[in-house]
Amino acid sequence: MTKGLYNISHNKKIAKDIYEMKLTGDTSSLSQPGQFINILIDGFYLRRPISVCDYDKNSITIIYKTVGEGTEYLSTLKENSGLDILVGLGNGFDTKKSGGSPLLIGGGVGVPPLYMLAKRLIDEGKSVKVIIGFNSKDEVFYEKEFNALGAKTFVTTADGSYKTRGFVTDALHLVGTYSYFYTCGPKPMLKAVYNSCETEGQFSFEERMGCGFGACMGCSCKTKYGDKRICKEGPVLQKEEIIW
Amino acid sequence: MVDISVMLCGIELSNPVIPASGTFGYGYEFREFYDINILGSFSFKGTTKEPRFGNPTPRIAECTAGMINSVGLQNPGIEKVISEELPKLKECFNKPVIANISGFSVEEFVYCCELIDNCEQVGIIEVNVSCPNVKHGGMSFGTSEKSVFEVTKAVKKVTTKPVVIKLSPNVTDIVSIAKACEDGGADGISLINTLLGMKIDLKTKKPVVANKMGGFSGPAILPVAVRMVYSVYEAVKIPIIGMGGVSRAEDVIELMLAGAAAVQVGAANLINPYAAKEIIEDLPKVMNKYGIKSLKDIIGGAHNG
Repeated sequence: MTKGLYNISHNKKIAKDIYEMKLTGDTSSLSQPGQFINILIDGFYLRRPISVCDYDKNSITIIYKTVGEGTEYLSTLKENSGLDILVGLGNGFDTKKSGGSPLLIGGGVGVPPLYMLAKRLIDEGKSVKVIIGFNSKDEVFYEKEFNALGAKTFVTTADGSYKTRGFVTDALHLVGTYSYFYTCGPKPMLKAVYNSCETEGQFSFEERMGCGFGACMGCSCKTKYGDKRICKEGPVLQKEEIIW
Repeated sequence: MVDISVMLCGIELSNPVIPASGTFGYGYEFREFYDINILGSFSFKGTTKEPRFGNPTPRIAECTAGMINSVGLQNPGIEKVISEELPKLKECFNKPVIANISGFSVEEFVYCCELIDNCEQVGIIEVNVSCPNVKHGGMSFGTSEKSVFEVTKAVKKVTTKPVVIKLSPNVTDIVSIAKACEDGGADGISLINTLLGMKIDLKTKKPVVANKMGGFSGPAILPVAVRMVYSVYEAVKIPIIGMGGVSRAEDVIELMLAGAAAVQVGAANLINPYAAKEIIEDLPKVMNKYGIKSLKDIIGGAHNG
């Protein structure tokens, strides 16, 4: 983990209530897709944990939703503002277990960490398919970006306003066979994926956090392998260890 | 050169800054951030006789100038703490540590303190009679003079280590509770634990934390801590470890002026893992600014004249 001051190089709306922010600064503590950063926002006591969508040597891209006063304030910040951020938190996705044709399933703001994961898996020569689900057409983002990586991408909307009507699991019959899966999204979606996907897989969980680096035990969960902290041993857990 | 060392229950601390229980784990995980030997000491995660998972999640809520937690004393149990956590700590911390002990009956407090008494690494036992997040025990021990007296007396019988009682601010008269600890033989008093608080989400219209209520901490509670340390200092002779919302070197000095012999830093560690280190580094600067040569000289300074 590193703590540092990061500079906003862009902060733009890409869908309804969804913003993409690019930050420049030290990224040496990031190593896996699925890790997150924890942002201090002026006037708010706790940091805001947000998953990393993409990173390179000196920049980090995040996508966040304005869900409350903190993220709403974040969305008003201009280019070149500085942010105090803890970077390189959590235990991300492990690409070694993917097999040759992994499936990535994301819902809403669970989609962003899958972008870096898709990129990594494709770099490793794997054939990647993606299902991304949203409530409605105006909330859809990153379909084009996933396709541009070379991942075959399926989109669902709960209200049927764009592509397949329904939840991510309603598109499973379209993707054909897959060797393994990775998923991130709201808990009910994760549970539906757990019940619908027959291969092994990895799940990225969300929980209200105090510190984000393992100190406060605010985000603990029970697993078949003992108690874990979503922020430290997680946010990614293996399918076989999950207790719902 | 200013002198930032202090004495606490017969132990010399290189500085008064002590990360508070529950915000620093069992210490060793913070060595990723800095050499934790720079700390005066630290108080490890509240430990009970049996292992505990704690309360359901969400356990955390943000508030103005602070936070609510309802972790509920998650810990691996005293035996595992002694056999697994303390040896890991020993590899990176060579100062006496403060053992924070909780219980649900006098017998449980006694059981844990008896075992901890054999641990060389432990310099002070901090008996937590003030956790607001557990039912049937926890805070209820710290809200009556009779029960704090009994717990203090019972644990003092089984250990030769200094015993500090950590008190709850959620009481009518903190002074009489503190006096009962002193009468029971306590070697010091820690105050304050978190204030019982609640946060309601306007979107769901329900409490944010699963347990509905939790302990409120953060900068917002510092004035409550200063007031309680000040009042208790006038009533007891044993040293006070002050805590509650400490985030800066200035806050350390303020609590010491109120009467604290040492100071714990809690929630601030969760926002900034380097908080305790930065406070220690800032102390000499802030002392110079206010013309303070030795921290030992300012304890209770607000009471004179």
